[in-house]
Amino acid sequence: MVADPQQVLPGTPLPHSTAQVGHSFTSASRSADIRPDPLTVGEMKRMRGADLKKRFRWDEFLSEIIITVVAFVSLAAIVGIFVFVFREAMPIFLVPSIDATVAAPPEAQETYGNEQIGDAARRVSGSDRSRTAEGSGSEGESTLANFLGTTWAPVSMDPRYGIIPLVVGSIKVTLLAVCIAGPVAILAALFTSSFAPRWSKEILKPAIEILAGFPSVVIGFFALVVLATLLQDLFGYKFRLNAFLGGVAMSLAVIPIIFTVAEDALAAVPKFMTEASLALGATKWQTALFVKLPAATPGVFAALLLGFGRAFGETMIVLMATGNAAMLSFNMLEPVRTMSATIGAEMAEVVFGDTHYNVLFMLGAILFLFTFVLNAVAEVFIRQRLLKRFRGG
Amino acid sequence: MKSILALLVFGCVLVNAPLLSQEKITVKGSDTMVILAQRWAEKYMAAHPDVTIQVTGGGSGTGISALINGTTDLCNSSRPMKPSERDKLKQRFGSRGVEIATAQDGLSAYVNQGNPLTELSLQQVKDIYTGKISSWKALGGPDAPIILYGRENNSGTYVYFRDNVLMGEDYSASMQSMPGTAAVVNAVSKDKNGIGYGGAAYGAGIREVKIKKDAGSVAYAPTVENIKSGNYPVTRFLYIYVKNKPSGKIKEYIDWILGDEGQSVVSQVGYFPIR
Repeated sequence: MVADPQQVLPGTPLPHSTAQVGHSFTSASRSADIRPDPLTVGEMKRMRGADLKKRFRWDEFLSEIIITVVAFVSLAAIVGIFVFVFREAMPIFLVPSIDATVAAPPEAQETYGNEQIGDAARRVSGSDRSRTAEGSGSEGESTLANFLGTTWAPVSMDPRYGIIPLVVGSIKVTLLAVCIAGPVAILAALFTSSFAPRWSKEILKPAIEILAGFPSVVIGFFALVVLATLLQDLFGYKFRLNAFLGGVAMSLAVIPIIFTVAEDALAAVPKFMTEASLALGATKWQTALFVKLPAATPGVFAALLLGFGRAFGETMIVLMATGNAAMLSFNMLEPVRTMSATIGAEMAEVVFGDTHYNVLFMLGAILFLFTFVLNAVAEVFIRQRLLKRFRGG
Repeated sequence: MKSILALLVFGCVLVNAPLLSQEKITVKGSDTMVILAQRWAEKYMAAHPDVTIQVTGGGSGTGISALINGTTDLCNSSRPMKPSERDKLKQRFGSRGVEIATAQDGLSAYVNQGNPLTELSLQQVKDIYTGKISSWKALGGPDAPIILYGRENNSGTYVYFRDNVLMGEDYSASMQSMPGTAAVVNAVSKDKNGIGYGGAAYGAGIREVKIKKDAGSVAYAPTVENIKSGNYPVTRFLYIYVKNKPSGKIKEYIDWILGDEGQSVVSQVGYFPIR
């Protein structure tokens, strides 16, 4: 006879005979069945009627539809801008070569009011010193060779659309801006999150975020009128408007962005880390620099990238403060011409459909791609890796 | 709710009705001419309240593009239209445009007030702006680099200077592009090694250099007499371009500009009348 677990337990009624034991064993095991047959959803529904199905409500249905449509509209807008910019830039790759404009046989220009002018007009406008006829077609070089050239001279007898100086210019100013703004903003964030007393934190954070509200044209104007002379008197360099000035002015615009995100990242560091470090005898500075900052590295890194992206696309500040000379050099104290300023300054004068027009759109496409690729690489690759490393993945 | 909406719409129409019945003339183009264009517009509108004139700058290139794109009635330009631009205009509107000379301007080169230089020959100006001369020492000044300031490439002044002074050659790559004549003046006034060029009407706070045709001739300053007599070598016309021969309200406006009142405004602003 198999030992019945029920018989071993205290308080269980003892069976009177072996036959009863067998019987009670079977019925007891049946009633103590721990796993009933699972009911299917269909059975449950049939059991309880239609109460299980979600009741159709008009307001919920409408709000779902509206939210979905709005989300898709924003997505469609982004895709639409993408498609439009690339479509306008495409024609340049389909043109085999860029020829210098050919001189057309000069038709007599119809004038009005000339009778009143007299000799003066004819003397000046018929001057043989001017050379307004365009140069006859010099050998058109291939489009790609033109774009990878080092001269940007779109309005010229021999138009050249070399974008290299523009790209280098953009990168120069952006790097300068982030190198100046990065340390300042991160140290400010560190101070605000670790060392500032509560009353000063409540003043500092909004104050720095107000700096974000400055229109960039005001910062550019300030740089052009005040900062340029100040910095030239201070450092005594050759060009009054240069990449350095642009970088300094741009850092004013970029600091609040890096500060806000970095400060949030630092504040999100779990308290137990700081407390553990302090408990082990580290000073406040050691805790902040060697525990808090490394723990917040993904957020700080994201902050720097956001700042970089903002600085790369900034137009007004560089348009006013960098001198807009398309010089290709790595010297920080020389004027530069950035891609964004080129588009800003020249877009108004191009005739729609011109080669110059298409080149400007290509610059816009490059700007877009650059920031997109940067953000994608940072987000997917580096941040995930850093996150894994610091959260012990 | 509906009645409030209807009232609002009616109110808007009522407010705009006088504007709707007005003739509107759009003027776009040259920054050199923008102050002149605004003064013309203000004076004309004061005498003719049934016409509204909208004036914007943006550069001669911008104005000509706007004329070709059909977004403006009149286009101010400080340089003549290029044959390629006239072709494009013909493609879109069937006419090569009508050119109207409205004022004369002397393009001057200016230096900082602290610069001892007083005169330059045309060849020297050309060499400075193409980059061949890069130090003030070569011109008899202090041993300092020449810092070039100029206009953006959408400017008629830029194109005119390039065609008539640089003889079609390109500017030096180190020339800094400023967004307007006033910005060039401002930059040169703050930079003791700077040189800039621009329309004569904007030359305040710096010193205009006398220009001589070649090394042996007399140097002339850009004054009224020198420009009118043709002695000053770098004179140009300021143009207005329209698509077709002017008619209606536009013709009245242009006749007014070419008449005594318009030309007296030209003198007031600092340019030189065509008669």
